[in-house]
Amino acid sequence: MSEDTRYGLNRQVRLLGPLPLDSGTSLAPVEYAYETYGNLNADASNAILICHALTMDQYVASKHPLTGKPGWWTDMVGPGRPVDTDRHFVICANVIGSCLGSSGPATINPATDEPWGMDFPVLTIADMVRAQAMLLDHLGIERLHAVVGGSMGGMQAISWAALYPERVKSAVIIASAARHSAQNIAFHEVGRQAIMADPRWRGGAYYADDDPPSSGLAVARMAAHITYLSEAGLTEKFGRRLQDREAKTFGFDADFQVESYLRHQGISFVDRFDANSYLYITRAMDYFDLAEAHGGALANAFRGSQTRFCLISFDTDWLYPTSESRAIVHALNAAGAAVSFMELSSPFGHDSFLLENPEMNRIVDGFLKAGEGK
Amino acid sequence: MTKLRPDLQIIADNITPGSRVLDIGCGDGALMAALRDEKGCDARGLEIDPVNVASAVGKGLSVVQGDADTDLATYPDGSFDYAVLSQTLQTTHRPDVMLDQLLRIGQQAFVSFPNFAHWRVRSSLMFGGRMPVTRLIPQSWYDTPNIHHVTIDDFRALVQDGKYAQEGQWFLSGDKQTGRGMANLLAEHAVFLLRG
Repeated sequence: MSEDTRYGLNRQVRLLGPLPLDSGTSLAPVEYAYETYGNLNADASNAILICHALTMDQYVASKHPLTGKPGWWTDMVGPGRPVDTDRHFVICANVIGSCLGSSGPATINPATDEPWGMDFPVLTIADMVRAQAMLLDHLGIERLHAVVGGSMGGMQAISWAALYPERVKSAVIIASAARHSAQNIAFHEVGRQAIMADPRWRGGAYYADDDPPSSGLAVARMAAHITYLSEAGLTEKFGRRLQDREAKTFGFDADFQVESYLRHQGISFVDRFDANSYLYITRAMDYFDLAEAHGGALANAFRGSQTRFCLISFDTDWLYPTSESRAIVHALNAAGAAVSFMELSSPFGHDSFLLENPEMNRIVDGFLKAGEGK
Repeated sequence: MTKLRPDLQIIADNITPGSRVLDIGCGDGALMAALRDEKGCDARGLEIDPVNVASAVGKGLSVVQGDADTDLATYPDGSFDYAVLSQTLQTTHRPDVMLDQLLRIGQQAFVSFPNFAHWRVRSSLMFGGRMPVTRLIPQSWYDTPNIHHVTIDDFRALVQDGKYAQEGQWFLSGDKQTGRGMANLLAEHAVFLLRG
């Protein structure tokens, strides 16, 4: 199995497509950058797809090539972890629209031989999932043991269960929602306007001289980052403490630690992310409303589903609050689907799902193990 | 297989194999696991305590963390063969509404509860003059989750008022089944099977 060049770290593939899109257009070819961990078993029944969040990537459990940081979910994915690379065959692909090697606004438009820029088609979460299904076809995986995702990854996981119920045995949806709320859309719009207000954005055509709208993207990241935390978390971490100084400067330097922290978050983000990708992916999330696609009743998305579901929310997550997870649970109950749900306590807001959390690991581990061998 | 609590064992013994069961206040899922493993049932659970939910999900059971008083409304009519409410009725805000919900969601319902008219409870109140603290009612009055204490005769009257059919009744004393005679005085614990 290890000689199969489809499997391993830092894989890249060009799928011919075309991939039909919800907008009515299509995408061809579809470039995919992905990683696989562990070995696919003989009957290809141990595959787990990890779906990443807005600004994450395929490096779920290996070092990021640009930042040198370890994988973004090594507490959840790895040897002996709930998603156990000794036991499971794990796939994580850079979502289309993103900028770590999969098709997106920064990749080449075959019609012009130039980067797509804003000519790249607007995507939806369902488009991303259909593209992942094409990738699984290429990898020889008919049915997933599980699809696992947090935040936007959770939107993809729940969409997988709705679009391809026969291909998903179990779905784990963490800190997510079945639709983007007005507040979610509002925050994203602030981010997009920050990018587009940067004079270097230039309608998205900034690739040729490698002079991207970094200021706008950094501000977008700063605003978004606040939504990933909680007030209690910010207070605990920074309070009103000053940054490397004894007194306020009566100026507009980063006097406060929290300002300095946010500026750092913004500046370091632009080194690893493309501003246009940020526009496209936030748009896809804003368009997400799974009930809308099923006659307004979320339960209709899961009628007759044999998929097992596990949902987890966090009590301090105000971006995707527990009520959003409960709405999914109620719909799954109404559809008669097998569902487990738990609200966990953590002070870290939406980001809680990315941090070490023994309870979360215990639940996911038990849920995945219970689905094995049946 | 660890031994089930006696009231749960009665419920497990009397559930038809292969049925769909909703266990409300399922605790760590002991009854659900027994029904799944020994009777091939499709069991689902609702439980308020997060530690219990985690434990049940770890056993591979489908359990939702939630509050029976508010969350039952989201389950469709007749979606289960049985709704089970064991040692939980006396903790609900409106036991009468709870019975309605059980028999809306389930074709039949098992309800078990500690009997507040058991002679030990009566004598404790009569001679001690204090709110009873017994094996089945272990907390003091101020920190008990049991906000609606109920006796077997009270429950029978509620069943009659609700015009529900009573299809089975079992009584326990000292973890052993006892007869129906003077159950309201002699039984520590009762299990009823109702139909809507």
